[in-house]
Amino acid sequence: MTTPEASAATHDVEQQPAETVIEVRDLRMRYGSTDVLKGVDFSAHPGEVLCLLGPNGAGKTTTVEILEGFRLRSGGEVTVLGTDPATAGEAWRAQVGLVLQSWRDHAKWKVRELLAYLGVFYAPHSTPDRPRPYDTGELLERVGLTEHANKRISALSGGQRRRLDVAIGIVGRPRLLFLDEPTAGFDPEARRDFHELVHNLAAAEDTTILLTTHDLDEAEKLADRILILAGGRIVADGSAEQLAAEVARESEVHWRHNGERHSHATVESTEFVRQLFERHGSEITDLEVRRASLEDVYLTMVHRHETGQVDAAADEFTRGVR
Amino acid sequence: MNTTTNAVRAGAWRGWVEFRQSLTNAQDLLGYFLMPAVFLVISFSVGGETIPGTQIPAGALIMAGAVGFLVFIAGGMTVAQILAMEREDGTLLRSKAVPQGMLGYFVGKTCYMLLMTTLGVAIIVVPPVLLIDGFAVQGVAGWFHLVWVCLLGLFATVPIGAAIGSLISNPRMIGLVMLPFMALAMASGIFFPITAMPGWVQTLVQVFPVYWLGLGARSALLPAEAAQVELAGSWQHLEIAGVLGLWGVVGFLVAPVLLRRMARRESGSRVAQARTRAMNRPY
Repeated sequence: MTTPEASAATHDVEQQPAETVIEVRDLRMRYGSTDVLKGVDFSAHPGEVLCLLGPNGAGKTTTVEILEGFRLRSGGEVTVLGTDPATAGEAWRAQVGLVLQSWRDHAKWKVRELLAYLGVFYAPHSTPDRPRPYDTGELLERVGLTEHANKRISALSGGQRRRLDVAIGIVGRPRLLFLDEPTAGFDPEARRDFHELVHNLAAAEDTTILLTTHDLDEAEKLADRILILAGGRIVADGSAEQLAAEVARESEVHWRHNGERHSHATVESTEFVRQLFERHGSEITDLEVRRASLEDVYLTMVHRHETGQVDAAADEFTRGVR
Repeated sequence: MNTTTNAVRAGAWRGWVEFRQSLTNAQDLLGYFLMPAVFLVISFSVGGETIPGTQIPAGALIMAGAVGFLVFIAGGMTVAQILAMEREDGTLLRSKAVPQGMLGYFVGKTCYMLLMTTLGVAIIVVPPVLLIDGFAVQGVAGWFHLVWVCLLGLFATVPIGAAIGSLISNPRMIGLVMLPFMALAMASGIFFPITAMPGWVQTLVQVFPVYWLGLGARSALLPAEAAQVELAGSWQHLEIAGVLGLWGVVGFLVAPVLLRRMARRESGSRVAQARTRAMNRPY
């Protein structure tokens, strides 16, 4: 049954544009005469795990620091949780959690002590649906540091230190969490544990997560949606499956003709091979047709990026996925 | 709950936690005892010499000046060192990442400096009271002068330390700052009577807080007759309060500007760069 009130309310909601946690339009960043970001556009929705993927030096950290409010942009529009981070206040800060790359801070503090201390700052921002801060004991349990609670932070291993960083990042039950290269330097096991932790976080707390990585495998495992940043632009935006499906239309054909190796990338591989046999018949040997994986295309782009052909690489990638 | 009050309370807790930590690690404990021990050795090494024209042992004069020097070093150098270090290791950025965290950080450091200096002064004052003739807190007035000179001394020197700390990016450079500090202290009559210095030096050092800190500490810890070897032949309490107060007021106007500039520039990539630099340093 539909009462007039209910339908009016539904109507109201539909009038509103869908709520976005992050809205970035034409973001530009220039250091001296170098353009690092040349017009980045993307958005993030509540509860989404978004992964900003790109080679080292592509501008991922710069982008994230602008969103965190730690760096002033050169141009473009940025809205994070409804506010411009460049001018946001303490109430906004209380909604945002950070896990950055190189923490070595508070080495003399004990694990439990630091969590409790940092938590205090969030207490005035507590709401019924998001009680703040997180209970210290519960949080330690959550990141698996209960038995190290009374250890000095300097005595933690690299993986434990990272877990503490995550705990600190979520101690204020943020609505948005930034993770910058969270598993750099992890062994495979620590990495798997960490991925599990992130999955649980996103599911249980309705926290939007933006993480950066240069590792495609990590992006595929964690993200609902992958944004690939290269040449100062977002060159691809979609779920791992979507991106894979798009690049998979192209195939690499390898063959040998008169003892010489050849290869050709094409969307019409069947037709190409038919023509190849038509022309050369049985002179063709060692024929191989392989679908390009997302990884192939990404690695090619990273390689080009690292050898200095940034724009060409970005363009090529754009063509690859479209 | 008001976020400012909340952060101030958290900051006070932070100061207490860090003070407690300083009592449980070898490096900080050494810091508390090293300078008093060095000055005690110097005081004993001058033997039975007395201040010319008085019966006061030279050792007592040096020890009293050392109390002023300790406050000068605590405010001017310890603060600089902590800031440079905690900027490099990300402690400052961490404080910036929580709401009102910077307020908590600075309240915490203030409490820490007060507690640390109180303990430091106690450690440097008690042994010579027991061991050195002519060195004693001069009654109620002496206690009063000791407390206000130390507090005003911190007020004058902490902004200097904060300014240095916000300008230096390599914490290991702090050692170099120690040299001019020592030279200034030496010229200011900390280690031997200032009357031994040339006239223009005597005039110049009166611009800086360390001269007045030394004078104030001596006024609290030496008998009245010791004043006759001072430049004015008296303890000049009004002038002490005036110069230290002026340094403090000007400092607290300038230092926050430098601190804000420094804090604004902190970000994850800067901390990462600092880490790389630190790891690549050969020393």
